Amino acid sequence: MDEAIAARSPNGPTAPFDPTARYRLDPDVALRPEPFGALAYHYGSRRLTFLRSALLAEVVRDLESHDSVDAALTASVPEAERPAYRRALASLADSRFIRAC
Amino acid sequence: MPASSTAPRLPAPRLTDQLKAGLDAPICLTWEITYGCNLACIHCLSSSGRRDPRELNTAEAKAVVDELRDLQVFYVNIGGGEPTIRPDFYDLVDYSVSRGVGVKFSTNGSTITADRAKRLAGSDYVDVQISIDGADAVTNDAVRGAGSYATARRAMDHLAEAGFGPFKISVVVTRDNAGQLDAFEALANGYGAQLRLTRLRPSGRGADSWARLHPTQQQQVALYHWLIERPGVLTGDSFFHLSALGEALPGLNLCGAGRVVCLIDPIGDVYACPFVLHPEFRAGSVRDAGGFARVWRQSDLFLELRRPASAGACASCGSYDACQGGCMAAKFFTGLPLDGPDPECVKGHGEALLGRVAAGAAPSPGPGHSVPVRLRTRPGPVGASK
Ligand code: SF4
Ligand code: SF4
Repeated sequence: MDEAIAARSPNGPTAPFDPTARYRLDPDVALRPEPFGALAYHYGSRRLTFLRSALLAEVVRDLESHDSVDAALTASVPEAERPAYRRALASLADSRFIRAC
Repeated sequence: MPASSTAPRLPAPRLTDQLKAGLDAPICLTWEITYGCNLACIHCLSSSGRRDPRELNTAEAKAVVDELRDLQVFYVNIGGGEPTIRPDFYDLVDYSVSRGVGVKFSTNGSTITADRAKRLAGSDYVDVQISIDGADAVTNDAVRGAGSYATARRAMDHLAEAGFGPFKISVVVTRDNAGQLDAFEALANGYGAQLRLTRLRPSGRGADSWARLHPTQQQQVALYHWLIERPGVLTGDSFFHLSALGEALPGLNLCGAGRVVCLIDPIGDVYACPFVLHPEFRAGSVRDAGGFARVWRQSDLFLELRRPASAGACASCGSYDACQGGCMAAKFFTGLPLDGPDPECVKGHGEALLGRVAAGAAPSPGPGHSVPVRLRTRPGPVGASK
């Protein structure tokens, strides 16, 4: 298997996740659609992450076109699931797959 | 740190179950670009030595890169043989990076001069991994050949001096070096390098040295605890059979062969994993119609490997979920059934079975591209130590 999976930790602290801010996919990240959702690879940290639902992959891809993370969630995620998606996005921000614009 | 997986909706199918069913393209693709090597390590998984006249030429190799880019393979692990002895090696590396396919290459260090190290330090998206198999020359050279430790250390010195950043030091854990883990760690820390430990498999020339070199049960237990305490040490997820000892090691604990992992060999043949260079695990060739993508997605072998496998004799073991019965390659080349315990099963079940494998019954990896013993001189016939 591979090293990208045993991730390097990102350098330095990340800014706290703010769902009222606008975020986007880090320019160093590529997404590859997969049956379970998508694979995301960070060319900078050489880190790989599994986005384990097609909807999450879609939300991540489109983040930038919404004024805030919350707006992106409101637009496409059923209300009951939004807290879980917010947590998922927070962890992606923490590992720098997404960043505030 | 484990594979990060971001699963907002629970319960989702387990990631390992999803991965077992296969991906649209591999995550971990190893590409051995030559069978030529100036060393003759006694555990070489690909029995390398002589170049093969059928090796992919530069244009064919670039076509493979193009295909990987189209498949969105994010990076490729280039090895050999000693990959840097190919005259077009850095041309291929540059080409790959320019196409968005990152490169990590493994080398014995013999061509990493000060000058080369400087040029490597200037390239993003290229990772370098230097192999040693002992924390001192005596231990290392017994496996990798006289002078190979000094050569590898010189390469590390060059990379460190050039400010390359955290290169990797890659060690195959053996009975002889299992007591040197702290020394390897100190060596890596001294260079600001990342330590990578991987498992010895009875593949290639390893088939002949495995019985003598694979770690003892006691060493395996010590290794497990050492790794649990050091989640930052890379392992390529190769020790997942040790997860049967307790808490799971970080990473994807499954055999990825043909599911998330595969090998493209120097002549373009595609195998289920780098450790199963044997006709039984050859899925096709990048030279076939449809290329690599067709082999990955449609070959009978890979489709078969993605079907749910029976746990066989492991079914009654409470640790099957953690250990998955271990490594297919290790079982295959020691003559054990593929749906049963790993030869290094931490509960001793593999060892018990090994005793019952008749002499000569295990499949042979064959001589591969080993330089015939009577001709073995150093540097090898494709001499690359300059
Ligand atoms: S056969 Fe062994 S080395 Fe190959 S992918 Fe499976 S567990 Fe890993
Ligand atoms: S019996 Fe099988 S599942 Fe259990 S520890 Fe041994 S190899 Fe792993």
